[in-house]
Amino acid sequence: MRFLELAKRNLKESFLDPLSLGLTIALPIGLFFILQTLGRIEDLFKPTMLAPGIVLFGFVMIVFSSGFLLARDRESSLLARMLTAPLRPSDFIAAYALPFIPIGIIQVAAIYGIGSFLGLRISGNVGLVMLILFVMCCGYIGIGMILGSLVSTRQLGFTYMIVLFPTIFSGAWMPVDMMGEGFNRVVHCLPFAHALDATRAIMIDGAGFSDIATNFLWVLGYSVAFLALGVLSFKRRMLE
Amino acid sequence: MSDTMVEHAIAIQTSGISRVFKKLRAVNSVNLTIQQGELFSLLGPNGAGKTTTIKMLCCLLKPSSGTATIMGHDIQKDPLAVKQIIDVSPQETALSENLNAWENLNLTGRSHGLEKSVVRQRSQELLEMMGLMDRSKERVKRFSGGMKRRLSIAMALVSDPQVLFLDEPTLGLDPQSRAAMWEHINQIKGSKTVMLTTHYLEEADSLADRIAIMDEGRIVVLGTSQELKDGISEQSVLRVEAEGLTNDVVERLREIYPEVTVVDGGVEIRAEKLDLYEILDFLRPRGIVVRSTQLKQASLDDVFLHHTGRELRE
Repeated sequence: MRFLELAKRNLKESFLDPLSLGLTIALPIGLFFILQTLGRIEDLFKPTMLAPGIVLFGFVMIVFSSGFLLARDRESSLLARMLTAPLRPSDFIAAYALPFIPIGIIQVAAIYGIGSFLGLRISGNVGLVMLILFVMCCGYIGIGMILGSLVSTRQLGFTYMIVLFPTIFSGAWMPVDMMGEGFNRVVHCLPFAHALDATRAIMIDGAGFSDIATNFLWVLGYSVAFLALGVLSFKRRMLE
Repeated sequence: MSDTMVEHAIAIQTSGISRVFKKLRAVNSVNLTIQQGELFSLLGPNGAGKTTTIKMLCCLLKPSSGTATIMGHDIQKDPLAVKQIIDVSPQETALSENLNAWENLNLTGRSHGLEKSVVRQRSQELLEMMGLMDRSKERVKRFSGGMKRRLSIAMALVSDPQVLFLDEPTLGLDPQSRAAMWEHINQIKGSKTVMLTTHYLEEADSLADRIAIMDEGRIVVLGTSQELKDGISEQSVLRVEAEGLTNDVVERLREIYPEVTVVDGGVEIRAEKLDLYEILDFLRPRGIVVRSTQLKQASLDDVFLHHTGRELRE
């Protein structure tokens, strides 16, 4: 369990860094508050419809925060220092991935908690919603690891947009149908639209697992792939 | 001495270790044998291959060819065993900037598998030794460059490694902080094997037991500072500042030492063997007042120049 000290440090660094804290916690909550006020004129902005999209937006901020931490540790040689400690590759992967799960949990709890006071309702199984969001969160952490291993802190400022735009345009807070059939097909080749479709179906229509199984498989498959690629990129960086 | 004892007396051994980056041969067949307890310095300009050598020895880079052992453990076959007994202070300070000094020391100590109480005790000793105790609870991002360097070395010492790698430990420090850092390194000297890279001549000269001068990936020459200097000049140069020197006296001096040059305020005598008393006994009866004598020695810069055709100083 030697990785625990590095994991604790990574969690502490993220919470003590105002930029990271602002992006991962304050920004999604603020955005949720602002956008849900439009719920009176447009159904898409009602808390129940909006919450999954805001949570995914929060996960994009995790990509930035986790990628930034890893890239900064690479650039400052702290990672090199830690790589000379008798830790195994799996220790490093756990230490740079696990601290962002509690951040994801805080995001989900905050958005759904606040949402419940604003009229958010879950008709279906809450656990199933959380499962989909958890799997998606792991996928985003994987993307953070890929970016953090490959790009510099300066490049990260724009490279994380390759995740931000597909997430927003997958229907986070704008209807995908409006963009046309072709666009709809494209975004459904990525996991974000499937995660949103599945969580909304459970929350609004009370859909069960069998109804959203296909969506779930898309989310799971992509998350496993992102995590695997994250691990590979990190390992490649570890021993050049 | 038994074979085992002989083997264990060697802390670091490299055999033809090389590293190639695309077309660049950054380290070219380096052979080193470093004894336990020795402070060994790799001296050379930027890009000489010093950091790449250290990275290979710390298991951060795979050698393209060759082998190396640290305390008998092969760096490629048994990297985890190597990492148990080494630690490094990288060229960059490599600190966790939002944490305080205690937390930074805890991070490296605990990652090496030490008990919490042991880490705490060692951290206290190291913070006192490095003069950081007063500021130990502040976030390290508020530390000065010198303080960060000292903490970086403390972080490398907290695991009590048998072999310590210091990569440019005084890079970017002002002369005063550099001198203070030398004192700290001198405190460590002898208690563990230290490999130090530097491009500061004075640093290698004053700290190292032995120096390997590195250039373009190769070890150019290796030895103690004195051996390196002696190796390039068979002749000694004595500068004598004196009053009352006449051409006649200089000519007579040349009969004993053929290479006598008149310089401002005196003479410089060059010879394979110089006898200071003989020179004084020659000058004084002739009414010459000797104000000072100075035996000029070759510097490490001269050694570098001699072996590479270039000056090390930037």
